[in-house]
Amino acid sequence: MVESIAPSPLPAPVATPTTSTISERARARRELIRVLVRRPSFLIGIAVIVVWVVCAILGERITPYDPFNGFFGGHKPPSTAHLFGTDRLGRDVLSRVMVGSRDVLIVAPLAAILGVTVGSFLGLVMGYYRGFVDDVLSRIVEAFLALPVILVALLTLVVLGSSSVVVVFVVGILFAPIVARTVRSAVLSERQLDYVTAAKLRGESGLFILSREIFPNVLGPTVVELTVRFGYAIFTVATLSFLGVGLQPPSPDWGLSVSQEYANMVAGVWWPTLFPALAIASTVVAVNLIADSLQSVLNE
Amino acid sequence: MARFIARRLLLALVTLWLLATIVFIITNVLPNDVGRTILGPFAPQETVDALNERLGTNRPILIRYVDSLRGLVTLDFGDSFVSGKEVFPQVIGAVGRSAKLAGLALLITIPISIAAGLYAARRRDRPADRAIVLLGVTLSSIPEFVTGTILVVVVGVQLGWLPVLATAPATADVLTQIRFLLMPALAMAIVYFGYIARMTRAGTIEVLQADYTRTALMKGLTIGQTMRRHVLRNALVPTVAVIAVQVGYLFGGIIAVEKIFNYNGMGSTMLFAAQHKDLPMLTAGVIVIGIVYMVATLIADLIMAWMNPRIRLEAER
Repeated sequence: MVESIAPSPLPAPVATPTTSTISERARARRELIRVLVRRPSFLIGIAVIVVWVVCAILGERITPYDPFNGFFGGHKPPSTAHLFGTDRLGRDVLSRVMVGSRDVLIVAPLAAILGVTVGSFLGLVMGYYRGFVDDVLSRIVEAFLALPVILVALLTLVVLGSSSVVVVFVVGILFAPIVARTVRSAVLSERQLDYVTAAKLRGESGLFILSREIFPNVLGPTVVELTVRFGYAIFTVATLSFLGVGLQPPSPDWGLSVSQEYANMVAGVWWPTLFPALAIASTVVAVNLIADSLQSVLNE
Repeated sequence: MARFIARRLLLALVTLWLLATIVFIITNVLPNDVGRTILGPFAPQETVDALNERLGTNRPILIRYVDSLRGLVTLDFGDSFVSGKEVFPQVIGAVGRSAKLAGLALLITIPISIAAGLYAARRRDRPADRAIVLLGVTLSSIPEFVTGTILVVVVGVQLGWLPVLATAPATADVLTQIRFLLMPALAMAIVYFGYIARMTRAGTIEVLQADYTRTALMKGLTIGQTMRRHVLRNALVPTVAVIAVQVGYLFGGIIAVEKIFNYNGMGSTMLFAAQHKDLPMLTAGVIVIGIVYMVATLIADLIMAWMNPRIRLEAER
């Protein structure tokens, strides 16, 4: 044991899992939120996401027109009656953009959660056990990273058929190795710390040390990774829908709408394409602003 | 250095084998009946059996696996289900046409992003830096097809400055061809600007704080000399790595861009193959892009080892 230079009569304060530590954690969390809400980019991101979530939940109840049935009027440019114009079937583009967030806001978070769950489990195991397990898994992760995500998703969706469930699984599994790499490097620096050694000396099992000691301490990078993956999941799901293998008609999904209308841009009919495209852009940018603020606040 | 390269090549071979195995699992293990997958649920059973017989997909899984690995070694990924021709030459041709587009995108984005990253790092936390970082986050999070759409609407349709299709007439000279490729390349360049600029900025900030930079400044070198002789070489190491990774992603994003601009490259070939369930073509496409990615990261590793001897020595140990 290390001898302290000036031995104090009192025993050193030992952190025990009592109410004081819990309130300390709660205080740290409150402090984190306080710092976050002072960042304009975080607030803007949250505001945009809230708007789309509200649109997704209320849907037809707040849209000016029926988003699914048109009046067979064909394309009409934006006017006071139809602010964003109408699409090729005469459906109101504004109403469709408002309900278009619904599918992607279910599919993308599920894919991100799946990817982060599988990925952090792999990362924890790789980083903690090292050795043979780590070597083998690292090689597999490396191979997954060489896979072009969109192309492999395309291949898998062709083989298994397009459905939202398959999209969630394909995107989630393809994201897992990237998460695993991030979590692994976070675990590598944690496992050398004294609290891990202490837990080992206490005779705790590997599973206990991983889940109750190390995991809470790598939660920061994991949460950041979750937001970042959420952004990429929207990116990927939208692209797959645009390519025709993601969400299927009659979904008013933004990527799908762009895919059905982009050919008309050359003829000057830009509104049914531009507005869903801007909606996708606003959502991914918002998620990335949130991820970026989280990252810089947690790193400080 | 030779040992370093040999080691990297060996690891690349292992990765390639795993990559081929993953693709084999997707195409042969996930669907329990490949013929049924291709023909759909309504085809009569005899037709499905006949197709499985013709494709050899009714053989035991292990034999098919060995066969697919042999195909990888001999670069023979089978014949297209649609045209009946060998897929490998077709994929290589398509990759070549896409490489023109991707190359132009990189040519636009690399110098601009590195310059922006260096500028931001020198003016850390000032308005110019904040603006570049925010612009980078914003632009890099928007999918290529969205950027492409917005470009077509604004630059192509409203302003009429550039052609909205990517393919120039067959007889066009090089400059006209570039003019046609400019907008799709721009759509991709915009997305990659953020990654490269942010990486350059982070690398430069780290090096600017290093002791050897302070020493160089204190012995009387100007900031320009210090940047050229001491900072750049070290600061750009992570940037080289990120560019290599982007080369792989470039070929993922290019699929959507080629669809928007109606360009006949890798993207259109793969999309056509997907619509017709042409599995050999898709398989060859995934593996060829995987190889492109691995070659790009290998070259990046070599450049990084050349730029920073510490990486070289670390890897040799």
